[in-house]
Amino acid sequence: MSTWTNTGKTTIFLPKRVPTGALIRKMVLYAVVIVVSLSMIVPFLWMLSASVKSEAEIFGFPIQWIPSEFFWSNYKKVWTELPFFTYYLNTIKIAVFTTLLQIVTCSTAAYAFAKVKFPERDKLFFLYVATMMVPYQVMMIPQFMLMKTLGLMDSHWALILLGAFSPFGVFLFRQFFMSIPEELSEAARIDGLSEFGIYSRIILPLIRPAIASLTIFTFMHAWNDFLGPLIYLNSDRLFTLQLGMQHFQSEHATEYGPLMAAAVCAIVPTIIIYFMAQDHFVEGISAGAVKG
Amino acid sequence: MKDSSRALRRNRITGYTFLLPNIIGFLIFICFPVGASFLMSFTEWNGFGDIEFAGLSNYIRLWSDETFRISLLNSLIMTGVSVPVTLLLAILAAVALNKGLRGVKIFRTAIFLPHITATIAVAVVWQLLYNPTMGPINGMLRSLGIDHPPTWLASTQWALISVIIVSIWHSIGYYMVLYLAGLQGIPKDLYEAAEIDGAGKVSQFRNITLPMLSPVIFFTIIMGIINSFKVFDLVFVLTKGGPGRSTHMLVYDIYYTAFQRFEYGYASAMAYVLFAIILVITLIQFRGQKRWVNYS
Repeated sequence: MSTWTNTGKTTIFLPKRVPTGALIRKMVLYAVVIVVSLSMIVPFLWMLSASVKSEAEIFGFPIQWIPSEFFWSNYKKVWTELPFFTYYLNTIKIAVFTTLLQIVTCSTAAYAFAKVKFPERDKLFFLYVATMMVPYQVMMIPQFMLMKTLGLMDSHWALILLGAFSPFGVFLFRQFFMSIPEELSEAARIDGLSEFGIYSRIILPLIRPAIASLTIFTFMHAWNDFLGPLIYLNSDRLFTLQLGMQHFQSEHATEYGPLMAAAVCAIVPTIIIYFMAQDHFVEGISAGAVKG
Repeated sequence: MKDSSRALRRNRITGYTFLLPNIIGFLIFICFPVGASFLMSFTEWNGFGDIEFAGLSNYIRLWSDETFRISLLNSLIMTGVSVPVTLLLAILAAVALNKGLRGVKIFRTAIFLPHITATIAVAVVWQLLYNPTMGPINGMLRSLGIDHPPTWLASTQWALISVIIVSIWHSIGYYMVLYLAGLQGIPKDLYEAAEIDGAGKVSQFRNITLPMLSPVIFFTIIMGIINSFKVFDLVFVLTKGGPGRSTHMLVYDIYYTAFQRFEYGYASAMAYVLFAIILVITLIQFRGQKRWVNYS
């Protein structure tokens, strides 16, 4: 029987005599996986194709995947008739600041929970974990009032501040910190390194994969967020991509081509990031569930 | 004795110094709101006038609120249908991908792609795909000889199903990645030993894969239920709760009550009902897990 031997990172194919039963099984497997993958991708391909079509050609069956004439003007419309560039900058600003702040606040807190022994530590950590179960909708209204009182309504800071503190991030980092042997910090302590020195010079460099995971995770989350901006932002010049698109849909309800072009523009960055860092992404997602 | 109490004090200072940046935000933006909204759920307030203490009246009002009842029912249907289907498909996809096919990464990416895409972009695309007269889905159904295909998002009977389909499509990838990671953690020699003992593929799946994967399955069931109760973006963009109230769901109702009707106290009560549902489901799961989750 053919076998794929998994040796750590690479898979090698070991050709042996292949019985027909196994071959058929493998072909069925391929067929199923290909069909499933296609059904996930077809809506994207359709969007991509619609984004360069004329209004008349977007609909209609059978689908003409490659348009008879390319309407690049859909993209031009998105970038010239709408403040799309501003939406882009706003989204980048919120996502970058949220991510940076979250990495700092979560990694220091997780260090305290994993590496420093003080009496209230475990109770506090329990409180953190417990709040992970509370749905966002429970906090939504008081947070809104709080931001109103602080005068941060219709400002990006409301979104950045709310995104900067995440119990999940603390939990994720702590998981990784716990796996670093205590002897390492002990040795550094004997060498006279301060506690902050141990955190920044020894522990942080060791958990680079965790930092990468949380970075991608937080960035994607902030980038794709819809409810937050919907609640806090009113002025068009402050809108994020996700909000801007909504606005586009209602004002130019009949222009499907530009709408699809806008959707393509809004998702390209996250897809690029995913391709660049997919292993970290997968690790970040599974850290909570599998290492549990 | 004195020495250890000094060490304790030093540790405490170090601990809190490291915690400080996070715990300030945690207390202000998470803990305080959780408590505040609990108190608010016993009041009546529109954000401007006085806050009036209302006792349990908000919770009592929920009982007779038809929109809330419909929302709750829709959320339950959505969860009851989408979670089992999503998890089943995700686990099958993960098991298939774990069989060492060529191009695993391409398939994994393809299935995961919807999940990393903003829900709003996804919803906009599906809205066009679902278009009853011109959309490609009905185009395909008509070409298959179905003369009167469903009107999807425009029909009170089909709207909820349409939303559920998109939600399943959007979330399969996330759970599949979790299962894949879990499967890769199962030692290969377990299967080799079973093979020697003459166990077939089905029995290997039942006796090795499922038990070894049970902690991940447990986690995904809880997460799946919680996430499905919290669905918002999809409903907001696809249907705005309509047509009628056929896709009105819990979180949409909370948003609408708070930010469109400015009934903050009442919306807080709804939010706490959502919290209670999630809490109960999680507790039941944790009780039940002893029977079937295998932590080795």
